[in-house]
Amino acid sequence: MRYFPHTEEDIRRMLETIGVESLDALFSGVPPDCRSSGSMNLPDPLCEWELDRKMDEMAGQNAAVPNLTLLLGAGRYHHHIPSIVPALANRSEFLTAYTPYQPEISQGTLQAIYEYQTLAARLMGMDVVTASHYDGATALAESLLMAVRKTGKSTVVVSRAIHPHFRQVIQTYLKPTGFVVVEAGFTDEGTTDLTGIDWTDAAALAVQSPNFFGCVEPLSRHADAAHGTGALLVASFTEALSLGILKNPGSQGADIVAGEGQSFGLPMGFGGPGLGMLGARQDLVRTLPGRLIGKTRDRNGNPGFVLTLATREQHIRREKATSNICSNNGHCALTAAIYLATLGAEGLVRMARTNHNKAAYLAEKLQEIGMPLVFSAPFFNEFVVQAPPRFEAVRRTLMEKGILAGLSIQTHYPELDNPYLFCATETVSRAEIDRFLAEVKP
Amino acid sequence: MSIQMAASGLSMNEPLLWERGRSGRCGVDFPEDDVPDRMLPDDVAASTVPDIPALSEIDVVRHYTRLSTWNFGVDTGMYPLGSCTMKYNPKTNERQAGLGGFANVHPLVPESGCQGVLRLMYELEQDLCEITGMDAASLQPAAGAHGELAGMLILHAWLSQRGETRHKIIIPDTAHGTNPASAALCGFRPVAVASGPSGILQAETVRNVMDEDTAGIMITNPNTLGLFEAELPEICRIVHEKGGLVYADGANMNALMGIVSMGCIGVDVIHLNLHKTFSTPHGGGGPGAGPVLVKRFLEPFLPVPRVIQREEGGFGLSDAYPLSIGRMVGFYGHFLVCVRAYSYIRSLGAEGLRQASRLAVLNANYIRSTLKDVYHLPFDTPCLHECVFSDRKLLPYKVGTIDVAKRLMDYGFHPPTIYFPLVVPGSIMIEPTETESLEELDRFVEAMRTIAEEAERNPDMVHAAPCRTRVTRLDEVEAARRPCLAG
Repeated sequence: MRYFPHTEEDIRRMLETIGVESLDALFSGVPPDCRSSGSMNLPDPLCEWELDRKMDEMAGQNAAVPNLTLLLGAGRYHHHIPSIVPALANRSEFLTAYTPYQPEISQGTLQAIYEYQTLAARLMGMDVVTASHYDGATALAESLLMAVRKTGKSTVVVSRAIHPHFRQVIQTYLKPTGFVVVEAGFTDEGTTDLTGIDWTDAAALAVQSPNFFGCVEPLSRHADAAHGTGALLVASFTEALSLGILKNPGSQGADIVAGEGQSFGLPMGFGGPGLGMLGARQDLVRTLPGRLIGKTRDRNGNPGFVLTLATREQHIRREKATSNICSNNGHCALTAAIYLATLGAEGLVRMARTNHNKAAYLAEKLQEIGMPLVFSAPFFNEFVVQAPPRFEAVRRTLMEKGILAGLSIQTHYPELDNPYLFCATETVSRAEIDRFLAEVKP
Repeated sequence: MSIQMAASGLSMNEPLLWERGRSGRCGVDFPEDDVPDRMLPDDVAASTVPDIPALSEIDVVRHYTRLSTWNFGVDTGMYPLGSCTMKYNPKTNERQAGLGGFANVHPLVPESGCQGVLRLMYELEQDLCEITGMDAASLQPAAGAHGELAGMLILHAWLSQRGETRHKIIIPDTAHGTNPASAALCGFRPVAVASGPSGILQAETVRNVMDEDTAGIMITNPNTLGLFEAELPEICRIVHEKGGLVYADGANMNALMGIVSMGCIGVDVIHLNLHKTFSTPHGGGGPGAGPVLVKRFLEPFLPVPRVIQREEGGFGLSDAYPLSIGRMVGFYGHFLVCVRAYSYIRSLGAEGLRQASRLAVLNANYIRSTLKDVYHLPFDTPCLHECVFSDRKLLPYKVGTIDVAKRLMDYGFHPPTIYFPLVVPGSIMIEPTETESLEELDRFVEAMRTIAEEAERNPDMVHAAPCRTRVTRLDEVEAARRPCLAG
């Protein structure tokens, strides 16, 4: 096997040095009744070119862009990834390093993640952003645990306009400790409705903007409502690119921001890995879960970077830690930073505007052919339309023609009438949209 | 070749990203607009552009290329970080994960459009079950600690379903550092127990603390001393008799593939670290993947959605598990990490994986045997994948583990894990993995021996280490006292 450098002679010499007869004799500490009886039943090993053929075949069984025109987002977005982004991120000095426990030989990762923390903080309007979490959903769940810790209260108000999967992850994280989730509905405009909410013992209000319907939430109003009751406002997002053109959550009063950064240079990858972006105001820094990188100096006075505030973390605080997180998605944060550096301010704004324009065009044209917008609030690159009853059949035939046309959100929102969530990013051309429209036109 | 692997070369200085930015530059060219411009209303649109530096493409390339050269990775040299299994990350795995048919698949594509993806996930689950001797798996957990959390949630849900509430969980002092925090997230109070004189947990110790208010035990096997928990079968019986469950932290599975079937010795739940045992790169912090595996009776509690084989043929995703702990992540886990692990398992096969474990154990024992005359070895028994020394013999010269670690950098090696496990004061935890050659091990051993001599003859030099790196030791106290977390 090409990954093992040992020759027969090497093995013989090493066994002699150790003073044992055979490789099997090395396992003398494993009692006989713990040994496996037979060999593992796994397929025969493949050499590299056999493996390539097998993997090509499996990859070929999937409907992937660019062979598929994607008019769907719902938490994962197809964006153009400049070729320098993976080329730089995948340099093996970045890729094959561990968590930077030894700063003297990890300054590359450390400076790059410090830069990520900075860029992400600026975009989210936060003072501090962590070195990354697994994804937007777990970042949001952890931020609610953080709010509970900070306020000493035990209820969280969660908007139903948050991505249903995110809400499911919140349930998973909160259920065993007995914290209560109160759900807030949504208005006809498509934004979170806080009328009649029981704020008793509420640690936080969680909303997503743009929300699952694509609508931009009035965060300032939500911040006032939450703060009026002593709760923190936690703002989430699934489409990070919207931060390029929308008012940032921090400037509107969000105390914690927790969202998904996949749009910043990461492929969809069937949903993972993504990038959990989690930021907070300065006064919340010591309750933040996860790694943080800080600037300091070495013995010669030269600037450098280190992992810091480790006293919040599991390996020091054990069961009293702010989280159990250890490995995070650092390489995804590095990728996001490279993506942002490549676009720059101007590119980011242009990219975000193009997304909005494409989606606006698609929405206008769908309305013209009898698929009206369900909600009136402004949207970024996603929106919900009411489709005619026969649309699901049309959608199935479109899939065979290489178009993935929206997503039914009926099961998550039974009160809506045949609602479909659509998305258009910069990657779909007007010609593709027009081809799709021609197919669905009654 | 001399032991002195580190040499000086041209290392480029590089400012912070925003110090490089010049307004007007951009690393992306845009096409002509093909749809009309539609402005967002003023009350939602930002009134200013975000404060992101503007660079040209070559600026970005130079910036990150230079930063990368300040890093040490497995591709650079030996990375014997104990309990982290820093083995070689095969390049073919990257090729497979980068295939458009995997990387560019939307997670909500209809089942007909992701059969290859689902087949890979299904087969990987089966393979991991075969390797561990468990019955069912979920690939959802995003990292090792997330797998631990999934395992603890499963314990909690299983107890709840039986109408039980238990408050404690047993965690030995040789367990991984994340275990207590993972248990605490489920409301379990960790009960710390000490390992016995030979470094393994004694069944008697468990018998003394296991009761009807204890949910079970979280045990790392092999433990963080690199030793097999030989009394585990008996410990399992004790825990089961009192109605508890056994959770094994499988982060150190690299020692046992094809050697021990964890399922057969009584383990109920285990997680694996694909970024350790199954060769996926750690990426300077992640993403990893921490699949959770269970015995048949716990299968109903696994995270949803699950990958299933349809009776009519093909694969699907199913939420129809009412007892499930729920969803752990936004979609289905770190699928592209799973592609790499699958590629690794297919490349090695059963015999290759078993040989990987045997050679990993060979390498660790070789280091143990060749260093034990100069470094204190607290548990002088054959080890598995890693061996743990301490700095006791160096203390008379006022040289400690930290100094040895820093000095190793000057010789071109990544330091081992230090000051962990906590059971050994000043511990030096070395896990060479199977992908290091005899010559590389010999150079490492010689560097370690040289450092021990230097500690005696010239301790000041060791205290001053590292001296060949870009920066010297950094002021971590100041970093924590006055945090500067953004520029």
